[in-house]
Formats: sequence, structure tokens, C-alpha cells
Amino acid sequence: MKKTKEFKRRSMLYIPGNNPAMLQQGGVYGADSLLLDLEDAVALNQKDAARTLVANMLQHNKYYDAELSVRVNHIDTPFGLADLEEIVPLQPHTIRFPKCETIEQLDKVLSIVEEIENKHNLPHNEMGIHAMIETALGVMNVYDIAGHSSRVDAITIGGQDLTSDMKVAAGKDGIGIDYARKRIVMAAKAHRIDVMDTVFADVDDDEGLRKETEYIKKIGFTGKAVINPRQIDIVHEVYIPSEKDVAKAMRIYQAYLKNKAAGIGVFAVDKKMVDKPVVERAMTTLSLADIDLNSIEY
Amino acid sequence: MKNSLGKEIPESIEGLGKLIPYTGAWGLQDRLDEVKLVPVPAKARKPHYDKTCANLEEAIKKSQPFNGMCVSFHHHLRGGDQLIIQAMEIFKKLGIKDICIASSSLTTAHDCLVPFVLDGTITKIFSSGIRGELGRTVSEGALPNPIVIHSHGGRARAIKEGRIKIDIAILAAAAADNEGNATGQHGPSAFGSMGYGMIDAQYAKNTIIVTDNMVEFPCVPASVPAHYVDFVTEIETIGDAKKIAGGTTRITKAPLDLKIAKMAADAIIATDYFKNGISFQVGAGGASLAVAKYIRKAMIEKEVQGSFLLGGVTSVCTDMLEEGLFKSIFDVQGFDAAVSSSLLNNPKHIEISSDQYASPMNSGAMTNKIDVVALGALEVDTDFNVNVITSSTGDIMGASGGHSDTAAGANLSIVVAPSFRGRLPIIVDKVMTVVTPGESVDLVVTERGICVNPLRKDLEKQLKEAGLWVRDIKELAKEVEEIVGKPAHVATTDKIIGVVEYRDGSIIDVIRQPKK
Amino acid sequence: MKIINKAQAGSFESSDILVMVEPSDAKGRNIEFSSTVGIQYGESILAEIHSVLDEMNVEDVQMIVNDKGALVPTIRARVETAITRGRGEQKGTLA
Repeated sequence: MKKTKEFKRRSMLYIPGNNPAMLQQGGVYGADSLLLDLEDAVALNQKDAARTLVANMLQHNKYYDAELSVRVNHIDTPFGLADLEEIVPLQPHTIRFPKCETIEQLDKVLSIVEEIENKHNLPHNEMGIHAMIETALGVMNVYDIAGHSSRVDAITIGGQDLTSDMKVAAGKDGIGIDYARKRIVMAAKAHRIDVMDTVFADVDDDEGLRKETEYIKKIGFTGKAVINPRQIDIVHEVYIPSEKDVAKAMRIYQAYLKNKAAGIGVFAVDKKMVDKPVVERAMTTLSLADIDLNSIEY
Repeated sequence: MKNSLGKEIPESIEGLGKLIPYTGAWGLQDRLDEVKLVPVPAKARKPHYDKTCANLEEAIKKSQPFNGMCVSFHHHLRGGDQLIIQAMEIFKKLGIKDICIASSSLTTAHDCLVPFVLDGTITKIFSSGIRGELGRTVSEGALPNPIVIHSHGGRARAIKEGRIKIDIAILAAAAADNEGNATGQHGPSAFGSMGYGMIDAQYAKNTIIVTDNMVEFPCVPASVPAHYVDFVTEIETIGDAKKIAGGTTRITKAPLDLKIAKMAADAIIATDYFKNGISFQVGAGGASLAVAKYIRKAMIEKEVQGSFLLGGVTSVCTDMLEEGLFKSIFDVQGFDAAVSSSLLNNPKHIEISSDQYASPMNSGAMTNKIDVVALGALEVDTDFNVNVITSSTGDIMGASGGHSDTAAGANLSIVVAPSFRGRLPIIVDKVMTVVTPGESVDLVVTERGICVNPLRKDLEKQLKEAGLWVRDIKELAKEVEEIVGKPAHVATTDKIIGVVEYRDGSIIDVIRQPKK
Repeated sequence: MKIINKAQAGSFESSDILVMVEPSDAKGRNIEFSSTVGIQYGESILAEIHSVLDEMNVEDVQMIVNDKGALVPTIRARVETAITRGRGEQKGTLA
């Protein structure tokens, strides 16, 4: 099994935890990450059924190379603890903790998770935690949350709950959550962890989704959550670099390898100076294009 | 005797005569080149002879029906057909029995034929497909002779070489004149191309044109020309217009179908066939039609201009014609009202017969010229054989259509299907019934990977170079079985209820009655 | 460990299976079964149900099962949930 931090996270597909048809097909759509949802997608009187179903699917269904994440209910609800007790022993790649507002809440989750792991003789460093920021308080505390534990390897923004908490309209323009998005991105970047954007609710508006994805990519998000498999390709198309960009990155990286072998740190490609940040950007471009850096020769 | 796929085929079947075992997709090519065609019946008439009849009964009586005769129909009215039932009621009233029905296909609109099968009015059927209650009745062994399943191209061949000898062709037209010039292109019951009825009109001893829309002479275009027609009659309705052809065809929004379609399109684009001059055929719905959505996008982005579209035509195809992505459409059957109107108004949209579409003994057959076709499947096995005719319970519940014709002719024939459907595996070790032989299928595209026929190493290389998810079909079949479990074997009796004729006239498989 | 409540889990949706249990005075497992894929999978679905009942030590149960082509993980999960609910042992959910 891949370690959690090795996943590319351009797209994360939400799958309702009590829907067998969607759970069994979730792995075939090519999403980088799958979010099996025990929280908002499940009716309050079906929480137990969804938990058992997701547990069975995690163990027996084929999800190919996707990152598997389970969104549990908040620890302060009557459902959160039972979710953790059922899911943590199965060690999906990550647990997603919703409505995370303070490091105290995060500590509570971490200690419950570790307690369960101890009981099952499981290590504390395999399964990651994603903290979901979906309230004004969470947004204000996001820097602390993002850096609080080495297990938190991604944070995400939940747009629907956040606009509701802020009492602003959940418009397609995203104005209401623009500050939150940028603050959350900056907190993630400061701690060098991934950051995922919220869903785009109108599944029939391909152009709207494309525009929003282009925007959130520009401001620094690692990827975007999607609610319909049809949205995955659009998100990937935005994140996959153009052939021109890939060719340029390839030239830069090859020149870097060649010069490194000769002990040269700064050099020129296409008549432009190349230094460390430029090389790093080229490496990011190549890996987004699914090119294995180790396979590149110069 | 065994055919080359190892299927046990009887030497002969009562009512059908001697059977030729299948020997390969092109196994009978030499025979086809030498086969004696039956003559087109002479239709001499005196000047100013009147072909019109007061009603269908009069037309049928004038055609001199007899016990044991063969009556043909086309299935362009699809689920809306109300002509066959009207004709059968007249035959029954006249006391005609032991009728062989040779319809280009039969749909769910033909459940009403069940009583005629049960009472012996119908004792033999030639058809591309059969569904619903009629399919169940035939599967229960109600016909004294097995149903013969043919492809669209195979039917044209069978008529021309006299295997299907039509005594009376009763052909629905959306518009016709008093001489029998007839078309499906306009009128309240417009259905588009009349491609499946053309050959019947030509070869039937008696050809009756039936319309609910008599127009002034001449009816233009004359999809079926007057010189093949014996009688013309107007009836109140040929069918339910809403079920014949709706407005436009929408591409599915089902994520799984779209995923498979996208994978198929990516595969097509990765091959050498995706270039200027490409010709293309897709199905009328599901993942097969959705392939067109992604091909269209890629053609625009990569500035590729195609040559022609073929088939089974939907508004998705006419849109691409109008956008200039393809230069022409060759249309044997239309699926929606937009197609009828395009066929009527756009000279680059050309109506063709099933003979020109797909016959294995026609030097102009369009299926022999096609580059890429995307087809559906009920089952595909690890030898790439495809079943489109029997259901998971062994009932005859599907249609051969142009499946084996296009698969044989296309440079790149692609089967698109989910790997399983409602727990039932589609990728299996052995299909229950072979309709299209594996040697003519190049790719099988499922949501769990693309399988390349080992005969096509060139394609495997091109797809792998493009980074597509190529996998061994045996490995996929095994994975599917792990997911859904092994279904119980459907037991059959020895009774043969259906014969699957390959396009060249050989027998590729027989269908035995499932035990209930 | 007895079934004390009338309970159900699952749904009539495609790929799901609806499992209903009832308290029963009769001895043994009485399973009323229907499935869209009964001809192909009837026996294996019943075997799967019995295997879960074995694991949960269910000896006496009145059960009605309506399957719409559910895969094994779903069959197992729905039987487990229905039995747990029937015993009144479900946790972390609202009734």
C-alpha cells in the first residue's frame, strides 16, 4: 500500500457511505482520492448501516491505485466515536475529520485514534489525518491546525458549511469564501502540506467547474473535491500541464541533471537563467503530467 | 459436426435444410463470390394499371397468400410499429397458417405476435433480433422451427441468394404515392431511412406499400421506387409516432457509460486510424453513442476532418455532419426526428440499403470501408467472441443487428461494455452464444481496463505508448469473477430454439432451450 | 443474542439488498428470499447470508431478503446491520 503522502491529490471523489452502487464503482473513475463519506451524505438513522457497509467495502472492494479516505462524523456528535472505532482498525490511507475548529478538537481525535491503534497493535504513523475547515473559527485557527501534528498531511475547505456559518450566500462566484480559501492555502503552504478545495455543486455546469478549478489552482490548491465522477476529468484537465509546458519542464530538468553531474548549480535554458526554484517548478509540472522523474535521462 | 469455434452444429434442421458450419470470419468468401443469386421477380403491368387498394386486406388478398408462405417486414417503426399486427390479423381472418415471418428485426412492439405463434399462424421466424414477451415465448420453445438470427448484412445476402424467399413484403412508408414510390423521410410517422426494406421491395414476389400519408405523385424521394411495387394502400396509422422517432437523441449522463466511452475515445485517438479521412460508426445509445461525444471534441481540438459516418444514425451524427467534422453520412436506419429531417434536406446525408450497408457479397458494402466502429455487448469472452442475442438466463433477448458486419469490416472494431452489470458478469470465460467472432473484434473497452486482441500487436503497442490502461482479457475476466462471484451455469435442454447465422450464411452458433 | 425487534437494513435500490428480520418463536433460520439474479446467484447469496449468521451466532431468525444484485460486501454488511438492529445493539446512530 502506498504511504499517504505519496498520493497526487488533484481530484477527490465524494462517495455517499450508504450507497452500494456508488461505493462498488468508486474506484474505476480515475479520481486520485476517494472520500467514503459517513458524515453529511448519510441520514442520521442510517449511520450504523453506512459504517458497516463502508467497513466491508474498504476490506473487499477494488479501489485500484486511489487514495482511500473516510470522512467520519465529528467527535462531538453521537456518531463520531463509533465511526472511529469501526474505521481506524482498517487503516484507510486517511481519516477525514470534519468541522475542525481548534487544536484541542484535533488533539481529542488524535488521542482516540491512537488509543484505537494501540488496542489493535497498529502504528501511529501510517494512516494520515485530513482536517476539514468549514467554520469561521476553523478558518481563523487554520495555521495552528495545519501544523499541529505530523499526521495531518492535508487540510481542506468545506464551502457549503462555511458559507452557512458565515451567513453569506453560497454563490458560484465564490466571493463569500475567497478570503477563507486564500488563508487556508497559505496555512497549508506554510506547513508544506496539501490543500484541497471544496466541491462545485452544479454537476451540469462543466464550464463553471473548469473556471473555478483554474482559479483555485492559481491561488495554490493542490486539488479539488468532486461530487460526480463526470467532474473528475475536467479537474484533471486543468491540473495536467499543457504539452508545451511539459516539454519546457523536461528541457529544464534534463539540463539540471546534466549540469548537476558536472557540478554546476545555475545555468540557462531557452536563454533564461535556471536556478533551484525554477527546477522545482519543472519537477512539479512533470509529476503532474504523470512523468516519473527517475525515468528521465539526459 | 463442429464449427471452427468448436460449437456443435447439426448437419441439417427440418425446415431449414442443410447447415454450413462457420469456418472463420472470411471462411466462405470464395463461395460468396460464386453463389447464384435468385432473379428479381418480373413485374409486368399493362398501361395505366392501378396499384391502389381500398385497404390492407384487399392488398393482401390480391397478393394471393397461402399456407406456409413467407411474409417480410422492415423494423424502421421500431417500438412504435402497428403494421405487423394489422397484417397478421388479416392473415388470421383469411385462415392462412404456417406463416414464416421475415422481419429485418422485431422489437418490444411485437409482443402482440405471441398469440399468433401459440396458435400456429406463425411457425417460423427470420429476424435480426427479438425481445420482450415474444422473445420469452420463442425461448420457451413455442415455435416448431428454430428462429434464425441473421445480421443486417447477412439478411441482404440471404434474400439475394434465396435462403429467405419472400412471397409478400408488407412495407410501411411515412409517405407514398399511388404508384408505390415510398419513403420514410417525411410525413406524420416519419422514420428516416428505409434501408432495411429496400431489398425486400426488390426481391418479394408481391410488394405492398402501406402508408398513413398518401401524397400526390410523385413521392420524392423514392426510397423504394414504384417499379418494385405491386400494391399500395393507405391505412389510418402505421404506428405510434412518439415511439417511432423522438425529437433528438441525448447522450447518456450515466458516469459509468461516459467513463467507458472516454476510455474508448482515448484508445481510438491513440491509434493510427485517428487522422484526416477517418470514417466512423457508433451505436444509438449508452456508452457506444457517448464515444461520439469525445471523438467530436478531439476532432475539433486536433483539427481532424473525417470522411463519413455510417449506421444507425442519431442526431449526434447529423450534428457532426453540420459542423463539418465529417463530409457525409451513409444512413441505413435513423433513430430520431432530427435525422429524418437531415436525410431529407442535406444532400451529403445519403440513404442506403442494408445490402449497400453491410452485405458480405456487395462490392460497395460500406461496412467494408469503415475505419472505426464502437459496438455494445451482452457478453464478451476471453477469445473476444461477443454475444448480443441471449440474456444471462439463456433467453433470446437481443439483436444481432450490424454487429458482426461492422466488426468484420472495420479496421478498428471496439466493443464497449461495463465489465459487469447488476452483478452479472459481461467479461466471461465463454459467452453463451457467439454472434460476432472474436477474430473480428480488436478492442474490448471496460471501466476496468482495455483488452487488446492478441492478433493486434500493433494496437497494443500504440495504446501502451499512449499510457492507456491495457490489460489481459483473461486477467480481467478473473478479476470480474472475483468481484461478482461465479454465476450458476444456465442448463439447457437438447432442443434447438434458435440458429445464429453468420453474415456469410454459415452457422456460427445454435441456441438451446434453457431449462426452467 | 436474540432478535428482539423487527428491523431492517438496505434498500430496494439496484446493487443493494433489503434485509428484514423479525423476532421468532420458531426454531432455526427461516429465510424468505428473492433476487433479481436468483437464477445465477441465489445459492451463493444464501450461503453468504448463512455465513454471516454463523459468525454472529444467530440460531433462530425470521428473515425476508430482497436482493437487487448486491455484491458480497454489501450482502454481508446489510445482514450484519439488520441482525445488530434486531438485537437492539446498534450504536452511533439515531433510531
